[in-house]
Amino acid sequence: MFFWSLVLIAVGIFSSFIYGRSRIKLNSKKQGTKSKSLPNYYAQYVLMWCLFPALIVYFSWAIFQEQIIQNIVISNFEYIEGAVYNEGLLLAEIRNVANNPSFADGKSIEIINAASHYSSLRQISQISFYTSIIIIMLLGALYASQKLKPEFHAQHTIEKYIQYILIFCSSVAIFTTIGIVFSLIFESLRFFAEVSIFEFLFSTEWYPFIPIREGQTAAEGSFGAVPIFAGTFLVMVVAMCVAAPLGLLTAIYLAEYASQRVRKIVKPLLEILAGIPTIVYGFFAFVSVAPFVKAFGQSIGIDASPTSALAAGMVMGVMIIPFISSLSDDVINSVPQSLREASLGIGANKAETIKKVILPAALPGIVGAFLLAISRAIGETMIVVVAAGTAPNLTGNPFENVTTVTVQIVVALIGDQEFDNPRTLSAFALGLVLFVITLFLNIIALQIVKRYRERYE
Amino acid sequence: MSNSKILANGVDVYYGSKQALFGISMDIKEKEVTALIGPSGCGKSTFLRCINRMNDLIEICKVSGSIKVDNEEIISEKTDVVSLRSKIGMVFQKPNPFPKSIFDNVAYGPTIHGLVDSKNDLEEIVHSSLKKAGLFDEVKDRLNEPGTSLSGGQQQRLCIARAIAVNPEIILMDEPCSALDPIATAIIEELIDELRLNYTIIIVTHSMQQAARVSQKTCFFHLGELIETGETNKIFTNPDNTKTQDYITGRFG
Repeated sequence: MFFWSLVLIAVGIFSSFIYGRSRIKLNSKKQGTKSKSLPNYYAQYVLMWCLFPALIVYFSWAIFQEQIIQNIVISNFEYIEGAVYNEGLLLAEIRNVANNPSFADGKSIEIINAASHYSSLRQISQISFYTSIIIIMLLGALYASQKLKPEFHAQHTIEKYIQYILIFCSSVAIFTTIGIVFSLIFESLRFFAEVSIFEFLFSTEWYPFIPIREGQTAAEGSFGAVPIFAGTFLVMVVAMCVAAPLGLLTAIYLAEYASQRVRKIVKPLLEILAGIPTIVYGFFAFVSVAPFVKAFGQSIGIDASPTSALAAGMVMGVMIIPFISSLSDDVINSVPQSLREASLGIGANKAETIKKVILPAALPGIVGAFLLAISRAIGETMIVVVAAGTAPNLTGNPFENVTTVTVQIVVALIGDQEFDNPRTLSAFALGLVLFVITLFLNIIALQIVKRYRERYE
Repeated sequence: MSNSKILANGVDVYYGSKQALFGISMDIKEKEVTALIGPSGCGKSTFLRCINRMNDLIEICKVSGSIKVDNEEIISEKTDVVSLRSKIGMVFQKPNPFPKSIFDNVAYGPTIHGLVDSKNDLEEIVHSSLKKAGLFDEVKDRLNEPGTSLSGGQQQRLCIARAIAVNPEIILMDEPCSALDPIATAIIEELIDELRLNYTIIIVTHSMQQAARVSQKTCFFHLGELIETGETNKIFTNPDNTKTQDYITGRFG
């Protein structure tokens, strides 16, 4: 249904464009004056008045049609006295029967009636959908065609419309972000209504398995997120221990020592690292690195678990190398050549120049790169899900299982999708904490990078 | 020949496949100011940067021929570039102080070359270099402020102080006043005149008046060739070559 309506809209805008173009030419010839704008702008004007109302109709149908039909069907449903219905299941059944008549066998007469009611409503909706699209497009074109006079500044109006369109597009991203933030906040508030915020932030017991259905028996859950934050921090520290030196030294090599040819090959190669799906890193960590870490731990007498903070952190470190190396390389490169020449001109050698002039000058930018990498590391999910384990241990030993904020969000959301208990709602509280932390890191990092830019540009 | 400080012979420079200098030969005397003049792109800066091997920084740049500093060949694989550059200071077109304090800017060279043993010695060198550069009185109360906070002319004098702090014998100046206003320019020119007593100075300049004011010898470059070289007085009053005549009278360039 919606495919054909798109074809209909396409035909509509095409003909409106042609119509607008020929109409303005005709009108200006009749009046014997030249139109203020080129004919194409009048054509676009008609087109827009045709297209946007049609799109509004299209989307409102796409969004509301099913809901409205379902409400009508349910409100007209002939309930049998005394029977208990689950509305969701009932609707699914009605839809099944309506879409596939062979399911009707053995269903009660109420359901079959409702299904045919549903089908007929859909048909009505479809017909009225097509009719209203055609009518609205015609109305739009009619309104626009009244304006098609040579003295009308079509171009100005078009430019204004285009500006509105651009504003709309950019606000989509902003409003989505705001929406997500608010949903995080409100769901977190529901969580904190059941679990005290002090327990969440300061208690060290994370045991979110509480009875979620009546009749189930389980221990009372506890929601102290400290072990989770500690685990996240531990994995992040391991990752930065790997990524900071490797990334920074790579950047120094690329920016100061590598020839143009090497640089042209190596930099894109490094950036490919950033393009590898993180789940691939995850099973690399689990299959190759974690057993190695375990064996290594045993060889030095430490009892390492099969999944560990060390394995996950190391692989995550490799993952964020390109963030650090690429950003630091840019920063080092933007240190003015004149400083290099000044230092070398005094007779400093390359190492002295890098250590004493270039790195200090680039330091703020490098710190910014590190902070961005950290915020990337603590937001990373797949590697830790696979390779760090899910046990909320409060430990500083990287050979042990730990769990991170992102892993616990995954765990909380698997299996049960009803957001009516603290266990699933805890995902939002954890998400909120994660969001706040990464937000602050990003703001600080961007501020630092910006201040650095101002100094040299 | 005896007091010849720099002796260039048949220097060719290529940027990739493009030849920028054609067989430059030149004899630069000790404790004189030599001005290199000529229209933009004539190769005078390129030649200047051959003398302290600054062209090494440009990957595609190839230098051939011979340049001898104190009778030692410097266009050679074996040349110790670091010690060469500590002997030849350079001042650049745009003042380029390090983003460090005024003191640290000047102290940078002596520290990396290990010229000083104690803090007092270092302070001594920094102060005397700043005095020689004529900057000390203006900055003595704020040696810990960043070098970039100074005015353009002060920054350029700071760069000169930084260059002479390692006690070089030669100072190369690549259009040192092109980013400065006339007053700062006059101060720098006066300074060059004083420095001449102790240093051999080669200055690239676009301003013919400046060349006439500060230099004893002048070399005129055109399209990568050294057209004429001689006493500054003679070049500006009675040049041998008509191209030189045309340039200094402003007919081209």
